[in-house]
Amino acid sequence: MTRLIDLKGAIFLGLLAAFCLAVPVLNLAVPEGAGLHLPTYLVSLFGKYLAYALLAVSLDLVWGYCGILSLGHGAFFALGGYAMGMYLMRQIGSRGVYGNPVLPDFMVFLNYKELPWYWLGFDHFAFAALMVLLVPGLLAFVFGWLAFRSRVTGVYLSIITQAMTYALMLAFFRNDMGLGGNNGLTDFKDFLGLNVQSQTFRVGIFVATGLALALGYLIARVMTVSAYGKILIAVRDAESRTRFLGYRPEHFKTLAFTVSAMMAGVAGALYVPQVGIINPGEFAPGNSIEAVIWVAVGGRGTLVGAALGAVIVNYAKTILTGAMPDAWLFALGALFVVVTLFLPRGLVGTLVERFGGRRAAARLPPEPEIPPKLAEEGQGS
Amino acid sequence: MSATDVIDPPGTTAAGPANRRKTTGALLYVDDLRVTFDGYKALRGLSLTLLPGELRAIIGPNGAGKTTMMDCITGKTKPDSGIALFDGKHDLLARDEPAIADLGIGRKFQKPTVFESHTVADNVLLALKGPRAAAASLFGWRNRVAAERIDAILTTVGLIAHRGRPAADLSHGQKQWLEIGMLLAQDPKLLLVDEPVAGMTDAETAQTADLLRRIAGDHAVVVVEHDMHFVRALQCRVTCLHEGAVLAEGSIDAVSADPRVVEVYLGR
Repeated sequence: MTRLIDLKGAIFLGLLAAFCLAVPVLNLAVPEGAGLHLPTYLVSLFGKYLAYALLAVSLDLVWGYCGILSLGHGAFFALGGYAMGMYLMRQIGSRGVYGNPVLPDFMVFLNYKELPWYWLGFDHFAFAALMVLLVPGLLAFVFGWLAFRSRVTGVYLSIITQAMTYALMLAFFRNDMGLGGNNGLTDFKDFLGLNVQSQTFRVGIFVATGLALALGYLIARVMTVSAYGKILIAVRDAESRTRFLGYRPEHFKTLAFTVSAMMAGVAGALYVPQVGIINPGEFAPGNSIEAVIWVAVGGRGTLVGAALGAVIVNYAKTILTGAMPDAWLFALGALFVVVTLFLPRGLVGTLVERFGGRRAAARLPPEPEIPPKLAEEGQGS
Repeated sequence: MSATDVIDPPGTTAAGPANRRKTTGALLYVDDLRVTFDGYKALRGLSLTLLPGELRAIIGPNGAGKTTMMDCITGKTKPDSGIALFDGKHDLLARDEPAIADLGIGRKFQKPTVFESHTVADNVLLALKGPRAAAASLFGWRNRVAAERIDAILTTVGLIAHRGRPAADLSHGQKQWLEIGMLLAQDPKLLLVDEPVAGMTDAETAQTADLLRRIAGDHAVVVVEHDMHFVRALQCRVTCLHEGAVLAEGSIDAVSADPRVVEVYLGR
């Protein structure tokens, strides 16, 4: 039987715990000006990486273990982010530019007379937190149920997930949507009574993101080592065979997809207060594809690899966009090509294959297939 | 359609004495199945009756409709017309694959299809008969199956020494046996076995015939096979298909002596 926490899981959780202890200590306990002091803006940057890592873990749950290559996971992330953004907007109260105690600034500007019905309840944190889970979860449930029941798989499924996030982006761009249109939601003031600019909040939300990542990893791990996870892998590798055993693959996939979307929603909700804004750009298909690259770099079907890939690629992005802003997309594209050709199992996947033993290696998802024509040309040159 | 409509098969389609058994006591009753693929008639009025616990071999040239028949029975292919009843009351043509598997029909494919990523033991674990709901599999009984239950099946199919290996690492013949083991774990009332000895050595073939004879009795077994030595070793009733319908049915000696069978199949 596979243990819940294996070696790579223990290393991952250990590193994460150390990171979540070290960052607050270096920020809060080391005085400003001392060499080891960590500026607060870096705390939020690291918190952003951890939110991305949670998104990557959620994507790996469906891609690595179930073969669902979602090119629209950014949509669930953004929906969670919007739910959190709506809560933060309602906390502004009468401190907005127009001083309206109920309506956010953009609504006053657009001549709204009263709060739209779907904004009701978002002044309560518990309600907003529930929506962070429910909205992405419900969308994924309905979308997944329809798609998987119709046996839509492979590239067709990837395309419709992409279309989903694109359609949502267009919808959220509209001012009529009542969610801030192009500008999105921003100018946040308080979160549970704490000033979102304060050091205390910044460190608190960072630690909360670290805890959410650990919890998300453990949930994904519980799912994948159980009999459910074994059936999920069986569905990934031989879907029709599972039907002849009496399983309904669409149920297994819908469950994984829904849990994954909720996890992505939580990641988005933790991301928004740390970056201070949520706008329709988060739905852009490019964001979802970037998340796929993080998982591919770290290693599909390893969970730990997905988190690692997200942190590494985003750290590189921070460095590179600082040094050479125009080069980033080329670097990202090159990274994806290099990983697909030379490291098809990703960083952690390669380690598992090399040192994890035959059984663990066999469970990894199949290597990406290079079309025969390309392979031929590769041999010829 | 009411049940009484289908109890009496039209006499005109009778292809052998088996059909006169009607559905009374029959485990599987198939009548006048017709399937067309892009104008090609894969099944042209196929009829077949199987008793509980019966072992039946199906032979016939390529394209005779053997695999298509299994596809219809297991819900993979929807026929244009015909009747397929299981246990005298369940309409197979109105159900999909998981529902049919749930009724108690298991299938072994021509190309051995096991879950290559999983260990031999886990393949059997996933096949074991029992509730298969997604939510239940998270924390339910399948997480607490006693190793002995799996090992008993692996002993029967001779794979106990390989229980911890990934199925991908098994030889072709071992995968065939693992798939038979998975069928045993599924414990269906009817097993459909498509070319089980393809790629097996003579010794393995003999062992497989022995295994299938042992399984029959507790389970009805339909074996599709080209290997006539193997079919003879099964010592059972034989049905020969040709061009999507039953050409002959009876003992192996009677069928192999039938001049029509010799002409279309054996004599080639």
